[in-house]
Amino acid sequence: MSTVRYTKDHEYIRVDGDVAIVGITDYAQAQLGDVVFVELPAMGKSFKKGEQAAVVESVKAASEVYAPVSGEVVEVNSELEGAPALVNEDSAGKGWFVKLRVADQSELGALMDEAAYADYLKTLD
Amino acid sequence: MAPFAAYDMPVQYPLGIMGEHKWTRESAGLFDVSHMGQVILEGVGAAAALETLLAADIIGLADYRTRYSQFLNADGGILDDLMTTRLPSRTPGVDRLFLVVNAACKHADVAHLRAKLPGVSITTLDDRALLAIQGPKAAEVVAGFIPGVSSLPFMGFLATTYQGADIFVSRSGYTGEDGFEISLPPVAGVQFAQALLADPRVKPIGLGARDSLRLEAGLCLYGHDIDETTSPVEGALTWSIGKRRRAEGGFPGFERIARELKEGPSRKRVGLLLDGRQPAREGSEIADESGAVIGKITSGGFAPSLERSIAMGYVAASHAAVGTKLNALVRGKPLACSVVAFPFFPHRYVR
Repeated sequence: MSTVRYTKDHEYIRVDGDVAIVGITDYAQAQLGDVVFVELPAMGKSFKKGEQAAVVESVKAASEVYAPVSGEVVEVNSELEGAPALVNEDSAGKGWFVKLRVADQSELGALMDEAAYADYLKTLD
Repeated sequence: MAPFAAYDMPVQYPLGIMGEHKWTRESAGLFDVSHMGQVILEGVGAAAALETLLAADIIGLADYRTRYSQFLNADGGILDDLMTTRLPSRTPGVDRLFLVVNAACKHADVAHLRAKLPGVSITTLDDRALLAIQGPKAAEVVAGFIPGVSSLPFMGFLATTYQGADIFVSRSGYTGEDGFEISLPPVAGVQFAQALLADPRVKPIGLGARDSLRLEAGLCLYGHDIDETTSPVEGALTWSIGKRRRAEGGFPGFERIARELKEGPSRKRVGLLLDGRQPAREGSEIADESGAVIGKITSGGFAPSLERSIAMGYVAASHAAVGTKLNALVRGKPLACSVVAFPFFPHRYVR
């Protein structure tokens, strides 16, 4: 059973045990427009919560993606290298960015659940 | 929507930047560029007077022909770039010229014209619309509304009417494609835009694709690729300096420009083709293979028609030759690229 949480910067984190999949939300991909490149971190790299973990480049601009929680990169989505448009087509599925080994489960408590994120989106533009 | 030169402009329409870009290259894109400045100069010797502000041959411009040039400052830097068209004289000996200038510079340009050309009547066409329709199907679409456009040559011009309104049609644009820029009074502008958009071959295009299209075409964006510090020679715009003007001078910054023409500029605007898809954007430094910084990117991004990233920027003249291997520094990482000739994507103007 996985748990999904969201950040105010529109990253999602889907936690399954001590490993979590991180990507950007459908709202974020729609705001960015056509994604043309994703700069992913190196395997084994550790991030503190809120540190820049990846950069997503659309035709429009470069945007930073932050680690929703502290953790170590155990896998990156290498499919994005040849097919960055997966971020637009399936942000919650095939368009994921990295898998993190979560360092501190308690950090998840500060993030929004699905309902809270939906409410948060309503407050934006 | 995004603020641009004090106007609220659409970055993209529902098709998105990539889709709009490709649509323009395959069919026809409509751009509302009514924010640009439209100015009429009229007076005895107005062409000669305008030549004191820029380096193009305006005296030699035939009726209904358009020429690209730049307003220059005393140091040979560029104040703005513009299109000038000669309209037929209404009174023998009285020149009549139609100028289109950048939105962000238009008030400064008009003040500059008024200060420097006191004997010339200067009229700004503030409420006129300017619509650009660009792409391989632009000519057949526009010909359905305005007879006579198909026979216009590139940089040719037609003064005609649409629904009773006086309009100007110029066969030019900012995408590298065949197409037109059409100046109309406000009501006719709205009617014409609606009529064009009712045609399934036409879609509206925002600022995002306007930028990616002009970048692929190797065309400068004022304030980014050219500005008050760059000369036309450094900016690889030497082709726009008239032959007679090079010999005679008589324009601001002639000393510097003549020296750069003779000895070569110390830096030059070049095109860079990146090896990969990762964009190198405005502000990124350019390094040679040893790692020494030799320039800076002034425009850059993903090129939808090339499926590669491209950029333009200024590099030291020693590194400006086509084929030179360089690196764009993006977030500290070198991205391999090489100097290529403009345009990145072939122009498809009518000849």
